[in-house]
Amino acid sequence: MTGAYHDHSRARGNRPAAPATNTGPIDFGRRVAVLRLLGGRLSLRFDLRSLVTGVILLLSTAMIGAVSLASGKFPIPLADVFRALHGTAGDNIRMVVVEWRLPRLLLAFLLGAALGLSGAIFQSLTRNPLGSPDIIGFSAGTYTGALAVLLIFSGGYYETAAGALAGGIITAAAVYLLAYHGGAQSFRLIVVGIGISALLGALNAWMIRQADLQVAMSAAIWGAGSLNGLAFEQVWPVLLMLALIVPCLLILARPMRQLELGDDAAMSSGIHANRLRLMLMICGVALTAIVTAAAGPIAFVSLAAPQIARRVTRLAGVALIPSALVGGLLLTTADWAAQHAFGVQLPVGVMTVSIGGLYFLWLLLREARQ
Amino acid sequence: MTGGHDSAKGKLEAQGVTLRYDARTIAENLSVVIPDGSFTVIVGPNACGKSTLLRALSRLLVPSAGQVILDGKAIAGYPSKQVARTVGLLPQTSIAPDGITVADLVSRGRYPHQSFFRQWSQEDEVAVASAMAATQTTELSNRPVDELSGGQRQRVWVAMVLAQQTPILLLDEPTTFLDIAHQIELLNLCQDLNAAGRTIVAVLHDLNHACRYATNIIAMKDGTVIAEGPPAAIMTEKLVEDVFGLRCMIIEDPVSGTPLIVPKSGK
Repeated sequence: MTGAYHDHSRARGNRPAAPATNTGPIDFGRRVAVLRLLGGRLSLRFDLRSLVTGVILLLSTAMIGAVSLASGKFPIPLADVFRALHGTAGDNIRMVVVEWRLPRLLLAFLLGAALGLSGAIFQSLTRNPLGSPDIIGFSAGTYTGALAVLLIFSGGYYETAAGALAGGIITAAAVYLLAYHGGAQSFRLIVVGIGISALLGALNAWMIRQADLQVAMSAAIWGAGSLNGLAFEQVWPVLLMLALIVPCLLILARPMRQLELGDDAAMSSGIHANRLRLMLMICGVALTAIVTAAAGPIAFVSLAAPQIARRVTRLAGVALIPSALVGGLLLTTADWAAQHAFGVQLPVGVMTVSIGGLYFLWLLLREARQ
Repeated sequence: MTGGHDSAKGKLEAQGVTLRYDARTIAENLSVVIPDGSFTVIVGPNACGKSTLLRALSRLLVPSAGQVILDGKAIAGYPSKQVARTVGLLPQTSIAPDGITVADLVSRGRYPHQSFFRQWSQEDEVAVASAMAATQTTELSNRPVDELSGGQRQRVWVAMVLAQQTPILLLDEPTTFLDIAHQIELLNLCQDLNAAGRTIVAVLHDLNHACRYATNIIAMKDGTVIAEGPPAAIMTEKLVEDVFGLRCMIIEDPVSGTPLIVPKSGK
């Protein structure tokens, strides 16, 4: 496979005998690699900087992951952590690493990636860095749905997840319909979304106030966004939902990029703009709902991840996979810090607001200075 | 329907279409044939339905009555990517994503030729390179689009729609926002493309440009076609007064020999 990678200047696919064209190589202003296989039936163009960035992000996540598997009330040497993952460590160490700490780490990465993806979707749809689900009300809506199930029907995990999804979809539909005026414009969508978000915030607070003290306490803690006490039984449904949504998104990624050129340009290149928008919104809301159901509304990751990804990859527009990787790294880092950096366990939502907020502020200041 | 030109064969035509946005009707029972291989220019006062007609011809707007015919079949019956490989549109406004480079943007024009597995074929590469060469944007290819001047940017958008390699090219006010030299440059490019075999349909505001470059003019007012045909045959002082409410004199363009519209002063 590696033999088929080329520097773009020599890109001729695997057909060395292909007739030379009278046009030179295209200078994209970035290093790209072209892969052409099966007589041209399969052809891909890779952006090298994004590939390298992706690998670095994954390696960083793995490092943070190893550290967080090692740290805790029972500190475990890194060597034993790897042995536990291999299955060659003693029972006690295996239990701490694999059964207590690993599911939480996996969830932090998966949920972070889901938030990054959903942020990327909505920022692409609204063509605005503020158009992320936590700003335009969808996160608040999933929380409302989950709270309603939790407080009124005292539902379990799956009922809460379903409630979150329903709440998110109803909120998305409401925001979309209220903002619709011969096509949903991004600015209207954001303004309406911020309004709805505030309304739902009030509703959520009222619902918690109406509930029993015990239920209200746990709902409020959960409402800050926390990965405390999550085990493998919470990993599987998240993994299953992602296995359904991510392949759809990989297919929708190219039309999504095309839609960023504006409805007219997208439609004249053969895209059903409204149908595509609907499918992307459903995927985005579902991703937010997965997170809310599993860990409560975790703020800022979906706002910050796509923008951070855009700056480290220097890609145009928002890119799904880098956003997912940045989201995963952000949440694993935030969760490690929430557990160990301050002596007391904080909800990870508190950390994401702090880390994500600070980083975003820095980015905005840097932008403003340029 | 005046204009004495013979019934030209058209690949693209509108048959009795009614065009409306929500409740607002722009045109009713409008029929237009785009002669194959022509450089057709649509002229008319503001809000006469020129751009709306262009949107209908490119399937961006679905007529509430009548139909648009492409190659003898209703355009609505085609798969949308197939339409996009036949009819290209340069919209009035498009958005360049932040930080996108010229070559990357021009490559987006290849979308209807690509699929999940065919994302960057040899043909894509050749089409993008020749579209940039035709619009003289090759030397800009690695530059971010947001750093370019208005004229350069418009050339890049034209390159993008050229890379789509459609036999029919629709341009919605392509010269707006360009200075006079860039306007002429763009129209010359369209003329070259037309000479190379593409059918061009453009909405233009400047009647003199229309007369000089078009092989076929469609003059519209209030959603109806007032006249249709080669500039020399249809462009009369009476037509200009009927369509635009402007009194003028028509003389021969000393350079091209086409009609030249000179507005009269006073009422």
